[in-house]
Formats: sequence, C-alpha cells, structure tokens
Amino acid sequence: MANREPSKADVLQGTFDLMVLQTLDTMGPQHGYAIAARLEQVSAGALQLNMGTLYPGLMRLEQRGLVKGSWGTTESNRKARFYALTAAGRRELSKEKQAWDRMTTIIQALLRGDA
Amino acid sequence: MPLLREWIHRLLGTLRRGRRDRDLEEELRLHIELAEEDARRRGEPVRAARLHSGGASQAMDAVRDQRGWPWLHSVASDLVFASRQLRKHRTASLAAVLSLGLAVGATTAAFRLLDAVLLRTLPVADPDRLFVLGWNSMTSQGEPDYRDDFDYPTFRRYRDAVGANGDVMVVGTSGRQQLRFENGEPEPVNRQFYSGNVFPTFGLQPVLGRLLTPSDDVTPGGHPVAVISYDYWTRRFAQDPNVIGRSFRIGRQPFEIVGVAPKGFTGTEPGRMADLFIPAMMNAQALNAPGWSWFRIWVRPTGAASLEQVRELVQAQLARDRQDTVKNFPSTTPGPRIAAHLSEKIILAPAGSGASGPQRTFRRPLFILAGLVVLVLLIACANVANLLTAQAITRAREMALRVSIGAGRWRLIQLVLVESALLAICASLVGAVFAWWAAPFVVSLLAQIGEPIRLVLDLDWRSVAFSLALTLIVTVLFGTAPALRASAVEPLGAIKGHDDPHAHRRLVRSLIGGQMAFCLFVLFVAGLFATTLRNLSNRPLGFESERILLLDINRPGERQPPHVWAALTDQIRGMPGVESAAFATWAPLSENRWRWPVYVAPRQAEEVSPYFLGISLAYFDTMRIGMVGGRDFRIDDTPPTLDREKRPVPGVGIVNETFSRIYFGAQNPVGRQVIVRQDQEMDVPMEIVGVVRDAVYYDLREPMRPTVYVPIEAGNQRTLFVRTAGDPRVLAATMRREVSKTYKDTPVLATTQSTLIRRQVVRERLLATLSLFFAVLALLLAAIGLYGVLNYAVIQQRREIGVRMALGARATHVVKRVVTEMLSPVGVGAVLGLALALVFGRLVESILFGVKATDATPIATALLTLAVAAVLAALPPAIRAVRIDPAQTLRSE
Repeated sequence: MANREPSKADVLQGTFDLMVLQTLDTMGPQHGYAIAARLEQVSAGALQLNMGTLYPGLMRLEQRGLVKGSWGTTESNRKARFYALTAAGRRELSKEKQAWDRMTTIIQALLRGDA
Repeated sequence: MPLLREWIHRLLGTLRRGRRDRDLEEELRLHIELAEEDARRRGEPVRAARLHSGGASQAMDAVRDQRGWPWLHSVASDLVFASRQLRKHRTASLAAVLSLGLAVGATTAAFRLLDAVLLRTLPVADPDRLFVLGWNSMTSQGEPDYRDDFDYPTFRRYRDAVGANGDVMVVGTSGRQQLRFENGEPEPVNRQFYSGNVFPTFGLQPVLGRLLTPSDDVTPGGHPVAVISYDYWTRRFAQDPNVIGRSFRIGRQPFEIVGVAPKGFTGTEPGRMADLFIPAMMNAQALNAPGWSWFRIWVRPTGAASLEQVRELVQAQLARDRQDTVKNFPSTTPGPRIAAHLSEKIILAPAGSGASGPQRTFRRPLFILAGLVVLVLLIACANVANLLTAQAITRAREMALRVSIGAGRWRLIQLVLVESALLAICASLVGAVFAWWAAPFVVSLLAQIGEPIRLVLDLDWRSVAFSLALTLIVTVLFGTAPALRASAVEPLGAIKGHDDPHAHRRLVRSLIGGQMAFCLFVLFVAGLFATTLRNLSNRPLGFESERILLLDINRPGERQPPHVWAALTDQIRGMPGVESAAFATWAPLSENRWRWPVYVAPRQAEEVSPYFLGISLAYFDTMRIGMVGGRDFRIDDTPPTLDREKRPVPGVGIVNETFSRIYFGAQNPVGRQVIVRQDQEMDVPMEIVGVVRDAVYYDLREPMRPTVYVPIEAGNQRTLFVRTAGDPRVLAATMRREVSKTYKDTPVLATTQSTLIRRQVVRERLLATLSLFFAVLALLLAAIGLYGVLNYAVIQQRREIGVRMALGARATHVVKRVVTEMLSPVGVGAVLGLALALVFGRLVESILFGVKATDATPIATALLTLAVAAVLAALPPAIRAVRIDPAQTLRSE
C-alpha cells in the first residue's frame, strides 16, 4: 500500500554517500545521531538530515557492503548501533572523492569562464 | 558489484525481513533521545529538535522500504492471503484447479501432438527454403487429387530442367524393411532412400564416420553403403563407436554402415522415424521404371533463383511430358479427360516441417481436436471465472474495507490477479502431469497399426513455453473480469451491505450460456465421430476377416511362376492349426490397387474402371467369399494378358455382383465375353466364368466397386492368406520360419487381415476416442459449473427462501425459483450450440462415414445428453433449497 513520492534520499543520494563515508573515515565508527550531528555542525546548521533520510541511507550503504553496523555502547553508556567503514567502503570513498574533485574542477573552470 | 549486493540483500530482506523491526525502532528511539538531550543542553525547545529529526513512523516506513522491495513484498503477502483464501474454499478451489488443470493438460497434449506432427521444423540448415514438389491432378473418377510421389525417370527430367537454379533431391518415402546383421535374426527397420545431395543440402554433420555424398549416388546398384540415425544407433547399438564398418543384408544385398546421422535428425517424415539412409542408386530396379513412384522430390532454390522461377521450370517440363503422353491416348478418350491431363499444375509446398503421409492423414483431425480442446478450455475458464466472481461478491465488504483504508484500485486488481495466478499455476502443474501422460497415450492410439507411428515428443522449450503462455492467457482471461469488478467497488454502499446483484448475474448467466453452447457443440461433434467409427467398423466386408494371417513375401530376381507359389501354399496348408491357405497379388485393404478399363463390345468403357486382383485356387474358400453363379478357377485357367510380343492372349475371369449389375444388368454374365484394355492400350478378351459376392477392396469408405478376379500370374511379390484355427498372431513366427526354410534370405512380413482393417480406421478411431473423451470432460465441466452457480445462488438466497417458506411457500415453488433463473441461459446456450453445430458441422463432413452433419440423430442425442446433465447438476441445489429450515436460517442472521 505504499504510494510514496520520491524521498529526499533519492535527491541527495550522490552526495549523501560521500558525506557519510567521509564522516566515518575521519571520525571512526559512529552511531546514526552522531553522523547527523557532525554533518549539521560541519555545515553550520545548513544540512539537517532527518531520520527518514539518514537510516534508509545507512541501510543502503550496509546492503552494499560499504559500511558495517554493530551494536555497542555510547559514552553515556547507552546501547547504540555503530557504523564502521569497511575495506570496500574505503575504496569507494577514495573513488568518489576523486570523482568529486574532478567534477568540482570542471565546474569551477566552467564558472570562471576562462576555459 | 555493490549494486548487486544491495539487490541480493533487498531480496533476502523481502523474504526474510532482514533486520527485525524491533532493532530499527530501538535505533530510531536512541536518535530521538540524543537529539532531545542535545537540545536541552543547548537550551533549545525539545519540540523543535523532534520536529527536525522527522517522524519516527515515517522513518520506519522508509527504512522498511529500503530493507526489501515494497512491491515484491506486497505480492508476497497477497500470495499468502490468496493461498489462505483457496484453502478456505477448499472444495470449490479443488474443482477449479482440477477442471482447469485437465483442460490445460489436454490443450498442451494437443499442442505437443500438433507440434510433433505438423509444426516443428526439421533440424536442418535453412528449413524455410526447402520445398516439396507435388501436383494437382484428377483421379480417373474425375475427382481432384494431390500427389507428391514420383518415379525416377521423372526426377531426372525435373532435375535437368531446374539445372543450376536449385538443388533437386530424391527423398524416399520411408519403408518398412527387414535387415539382418551377419548371422542374426531379421530385424524390421525404417529406411529412406536419399539422393547424394540430400545431406550436403541439409547442411548436416555426422556424429560418427561420414554421411552420404553425391559420390555415393552415381552407379545404379554400385554403392552398398548406409548411414544410420542417431536414434537407431542408440537403440540398437548402445552408441557403440565400432558400428562403422559393420555390414548387414537387406535380402541378398549386403550394405556397410559408413556413418551416424546427427542427433535429432530422424528423417523427413514426421510420424515415421527413419533408422537407415541408403543411396537412391541402390533402388536399382526402380531407376528406369516409369510409374514406379517411391519418393518425394525436394527442392531448395540456389543463389538468386526464386521459388517461382524453379516452379515455372518444373511446370514447363511437366507440360512437355503431358503433351507426350496425350499423343499416345486412344482416339476414344473423352476431351475433358485430355484437358484435365494437360492442365495439371506443379505445386511447391513448404517442407521446413517435413512431409509425410501421417501429416496429410492427421492434419485435419488434429486441427479439429485442437479446436475441440480449446472449447473445453474455455468451458473450464468459465467455471473458474464463475468461482472467482462469486467469491468477489462475497468479498465485496472486504474489498470496500481495503479501499476505505487507502488501497488503490490497482492494488485490489493485483490482489485478485495474484489469486487467479495462484489458481492457474496449480492448474498448470496438474495440466503438465496430465499432458505428460496424455501425449504418448494419444500417439499409442495413432500407432494401432502394423507400422508404428513414432514421434519426437521431448518436453522441449516449445511445449513449456506454450504451457506457460496458456497459463498466462487463462489467468488474464478469467482473472480480469472479477478483478475489475472487485476494484470498482463502492466502499460506502458495499459496507452497508448494499450491492447490485444484477450485474453479477448477467456475467454468470452469459458464462453459463457460453458453456452450454460449447458443450453442446463438442458433444455433437463427438457423436458424429463416434457414429462414423461405428459405421465403418460395422460395415459389411464381404469376407470373413477374423483369423486370417497374411504373409507378404518378396522374391527378388526371376519372377516366380504360379506353381512355385502354389507349392509353398500347399506346404503351409499342411501345417497344424491351418484351416486353408491361398495367395493373391495382395490383400484387400492393403492400400494397393490395380485397375483396367473394361467394356462389353460394342459399348464404350465405363467411366469407373473395375478393380483387378490376381488370385490362386481356393482364394474364395479361404476368404469365405460366396459364389453366386458359374464356377471357381481351375488349375488350367489363365488370365487375359499380353505375350512376349505384346500380342493379346484371351483368358478367363470371375466378377463380383456389382460388376455383373453395372455391365450386364439383370442378365447372367457367366459365359459372356468382355474386353479388358490393358497397358499400351491393348484390348484383350476375357470370358467370365463365375460370379461372387461383393467384397471391399481398396478403401473401407467407398461403396462396393466392380471387381474382376483373374488367375494369378508369375511375380516377385505375393501375399499368402492363411486361415488359422486359433489366433493368427500366434502362428506368425512359425509361418515365417517355414517360409524361410524354403526361401532363404527372403523378407517375410506377417500381419493379419484384421490389422489392415484397423489401419483403415485409425484416423476415425483417434477422432472418436479423443472427441468422446473431450465431450465427457466438457459435459463434466459444464455440469460442475451449473451446479456451482445454482448452489451458490441457494446459499445466497437462503434467507429469502427461508422467509418465503415460513410464509407458506410450497417446495415446488422454491425449486422453480432457484432453477428458472438458470433455465434461460441454458436454453440460449443450447440454441447457440445448435447454430455452431449447423455452421461448423460442414467442416467435418468430409471425414464422416454413414452420417451427415445435418442428420437429426446426432443433434438430438447431444441435446438429450446435455439436458440430462443439466438436470443432474441442478438436482442437488434444488434439494438443498427444499431442505432449508426456515427457523434455523432466520435465527442465524
């Protein structure tokens, strides 16, 4: 009975994967809320991921074998699911980064108009 | 790769649900808690933090959608629901599955037969560009005829005429032959003569050794080589690679096996599997014999040559040939005969699916049976549609509930379609099992003749594809209407319990009407075929066919004079268990015939030439054909014939009653002289010495024809008739041994006269047996359908009936109410069925015997049968209606 519109995750998908993978790479294994908080902080509040985008996205990354989730405890001693980068995730991250760099160089050159 | 992994995970997620919901809820709850804590720490309102984390239940839905495939998941849950529904209505579902299964099975079996006999293309290169030659001609009776058998001199002329424009091939009609390996027993095989270019043109590669090449087809009688089929190699030699180089004999002629044909190639005649391929040159006697037809001519246009070009070349040659023959016609030949002879037309028929006698014999019957089976399938579909519609009505409330909580229209259609698909899948499983059993059974029906019919019936992708396609079509056919009805439900009305029963009844009534119409038609056609078989089987033969053993003996070389054959016959006659014995040129109904025009001077020859048969002494005694007048042959009687210098030598003959009536009317023919016009238009006088009773000769279906029996002459091939005291088949082996004691290396084929008669009615038996089976099936299905609908109506109107009975309605009134509703569709259906019978009955007329499609009896029988079935089907619901206890029904609601 699911007649839904395309979710925000679909729109964000390209950058979402890169952002989450990069966050996990710099900060090590994190739980969902910490990832969202980190992204919000880095973007100075511009990027607010709601749960309906975050958790399906994490599940997709997990299904693709880029991250691996496991239950652990937070600093405040609460049970939480931590996501860690896998070897495949690391490879994917460097690939995506290069692609992003290439893309931004092209776009910048284009915008400067001196190509 | 990651994408593939995701799909696999999602598929597993759909089936196994992957991570549990509780897990996910836990994760989301933590998220919210942490967000709230952060907000408190920063002094922001907790509500805002919650808002921008988003709703937990929406997040849950999104995660669930990511976990599996929502659509697949919905189908899976529909499946679970559907199987529960089917189990709930166990009897109705079982009836639906069984009836649909039987119908699908019968259809698949019919398709497999059609495919094996008519449709499947030969496993050769470019089958679309293979053609078989035939020509339209007139029989001497003036009926149009199509023939595709040729003699070798004609082949040579056509081959030269086509020249470089095409490959012209000799493709022998397969023949039963005895062969003998080294010192073994004689074994029957099917052999085909091929010209040397057949295998190269077909583009076939040997599995072992080599195939026949043009260099194997040069010198008459000079290429004693043979290629065996893969099937024969497997059956007879267990795929022994040392088979190459082995030798065998056919008669006295030795052959050497040089190769094994590729797997799947079983010759070019569907219905007959060839075991052995021999160069055409090895049929040396036939190469220069005009009129000895023993093969078909196949053509493949080469290069740029078009089909029409090739046809015109052959047509031109045919025209030249006919001009030559017409020159030799006697001056008395009527003009229309000559014109008909000259106007014969060459036809090039597609041969990609092979060309065979069984194909021609069974094409029409198989299509008729396929038509009947489709009607049976439709009847079964109507049953299932009725069932589903009835269920959809009872479930209107459930559907309405689904709509009101937000299910889309498509979602409801999917639900009902999944249910019908489940039914269809169950049914096609039943059908597959049935078809798997039925197709070989039908082949065994075809094969009740001395010469077995063998078909390639592997369960290949075509029949699987057919079965699947059929299932799909059937699903759509019977699933769509109820699905649309269900989805068009109006929530408010349905929940309140108000629906429109008339729409439902209209559909059900038209379905019942259709069922009755088709059922009547199937019954009618089955009745016609059954009557035909009975008439043919009971037709008076004029001789006693039981306990007659026939021995076909073929002595190559010098023609054996009658006294040699007579000595052999005497030897047989002296054996235990033999009552009497005789011999003749061939047996009646053996598909051989010989005709010469006969006239009584000074009149012209009759339009229909009489049949001739050469017989020995004691033939009439052995066959129990009674003498009417005159005398039997004596040892010194001779036939009318031509001597070595082609001069007429008068002789004697015995005629049958029909001959006597046509040529002499009421006069006594004994002692009279007639003129027999023999080969090369030579007239030979013949004195009639006796008259015998009529007996069938060539075709069981034709009326008694004038027949002349003459004393038998010398010959290579004769049939011995042995009347035995017991079962003739028991003596067959002994007789064969006895004959081979006298004649070494002589092939002897033993059969019985009864077998020949059965072979004549094999097509009718097939049609009668299968159409009766379909008729019973159709009747059963239609009765189940009617019963189901009436029964359902009674259950639906239980309350109303209860009220009426409580108010004093009589039982007859109640029954009338229940039954009359379905009376009109049954009546309309019967009328439609009658119309069908009248329109399409004509299509089968040509294969009927002793009954016409317009006769009253078959239609009346079909109507009566249908009426009885309808009454029987209506009885239980009627009884049920009468037995309704008003008090109980009223209390239950």
